[in-house]
Amino acid sequence: MTRLAVLGAGHVGPVIARVALDAGCPVSIANSGDPADIALITEVLIPGAEARWAADAVADADLVVLSIPLHRFATFDPDLVTGKLVIDTMNYWPPTDGVVDMFEDPLRGSSEIVADRLAGATVVKSLNHIGYHEIDEDRRPPGAPDRRALGVAGDDPTAVDLVASLIDRVGYDPIRLGSLAAGRVLQPGGPVFGVRLAAPKFTEIVQ
Amino acid sequence: MTEFPLVLGLNTFGDVSFDDNGQPVSHAQAIRDVVAQGVLADDVGVDFIGIGEHHTPDMPLSAADVVLSAIAARTSRVHVGSAVTVLSSDDPVRVFQRFSTLNAVSDGRAEVILGRGSSVDSFPLFGYDLADYEQLFEEKTHLFAELVKGGPITWNGTTRPALKDQDVVPYTEPFPTWIGVGGSPQSVVRAAHYGFSLMLAIIGGHPARFRPYAQLFHQALEKFDAAPLPIGVHSPGHVAETDEEAREEFWPHYLEVITRVGRSRGFAVPTTESYAHEFGPHGALYVGSPETVAQKIAANLKMLSANRFDLKYGIGGLSHKALMTTIELYGTQVVPRVRELMAE
Repeated sequence: MTRLAVLGAGHVGPVIARVALDAGCPVSIANSGDPADIALITEVLIPGAEARWAADAVADADLVVLSIPLHRFATFDPDLVTGKLVIDTMNYWPPTDGVVDMFEDPLRGSSEIVADRLAGATVVKSLNHIGYHEIDEDRRPPGAPDRRALGVAGDDPTAVDLVASLIDRVGYDPIRLGSLAAGRVLQPGGPVFGVRLAAPKFTEIVQ
Repeated sequence: MTEFPLVLGLNTFGDVSFDDNGQPVSHAQAIRDVVAQGVLADDVGVDFIGIGEHHTPDMPLSAADVVLSAIAARTSRVHVGSAVTVLSSDDPVRVFQRFSTLNAVSDGRAEVILGRGSSVDSFPLFGYDLADYEQLFEEKTHLFAELVKGGPITWNGTTRPALKDQDVVPYTEPFPTWIGVGGSPQSVVRAAHYGFSLMLAIIGGHPARFRPYAQLFHQALEKFDAAPLPIGVHSPGHVAETDEEAREEFWPHYLEVITRVGRSRGFAVPTTESYAHEFGPHGALYVGSPETVAQKIAANLKMLSANRFDLKYGIGGLSHKALMTTIELYGTQVVPRVRELMAE
């Protein structure tokens, strides 16, 4: 079963960790420091997950979920995820989080900039355009009439397939987008950001 | 938790209300309206009136403690406080002094709810960088906790000049301090660490998703060998005589405000479906008749083992008159009904 390392124990990380555990994936979670700092959060909010040092969590993971505050990304060590498949759930959202110079490029999406910096990793964009407070609640079994669609964007089709299958197991219809550039449509202010949509409508909008 | 008394309060962000012709009133009038609303809250038996600090033309309550002082001077029972004070962009020493003063003016009815503030207008205004908000909030919360202990203070940090054996006046009786939390588990642990009560800001989605946070708060208090502390819930809503009236009255303004605010904060534009979901049993809005709102409050307080509920009333575009009706219905009907339901 796909083993996950969730990096970030803020609003988003613990929620993704919990739904991934429910989907049967073993999950480790780490923040930027000592796992003891997040032991209580892990025990209460994500029973079954393991709080570890980031390097240990990543080492045996098949998938790394990157859910750190975007303004901290500039100091994130790219070597940590070399050779790994990384799901970028982060958003660049200056009115709420402040201006981050490296993301001030109107021609490129935030995940493309993330991928540039994580040159040794394969980056897939997903789970960024659903509210962290909805990730738990909106899950539905396959075929449910009100099952919500989520975009999965990446340049590497095999990586996109792997993430799409995780999204499906968690409880959403994955909609594949063939490049990170195409994934710009998933960003804040875009047509699907924060919107509950079923697969046909979602597909119609993003294509 | 049953060991704490049930507290039923009101919060406002001081949205500029509109007159009978649908025009916004002046900032001065909006501020006087909030004073009148606080006085009415006291009259009708509401336990707490809180003002959320904002710095925008449509929410001009930037100096909430001054307004609270006016309310305190005209009332005798209602507790007065912030909801929230944006501590990250303020000086904890000044916040402590202002609320100690309010505590004196109100004869021990002041409370402060500290928050990072989900609206961020105060950061550029006071010269802070949003990218520093975690460190600002962490350090300043620590300083505030030291100030609350009383006595001369010695403190060192990076976000404010150090203090050495400094007296901070006025000396007044201690007042309750809360931390407002919107979904960060670290903030929950931080509140427990400093011995501050927990105010859960539930402004969207299913309130049940906050149950693990309440549990986290209890377990963190245990871990720090601290005494139990109360948990409160802050959620938006609107009360009118009937469900239909409340929902119709609130909807156009909710749509307008969330659409506008959502552009900068990433909220999706509300639809009639998403609205119905939010005012339904699995959503965060308390919009309806007194009975509907009371039932929802009681159910969620029980579910979260919380002992306090603050209804955030008002939204840009509603009239002062409509808000006064909400306050009156809340105090005279919702509050007693919730007390009844909680006693069952």
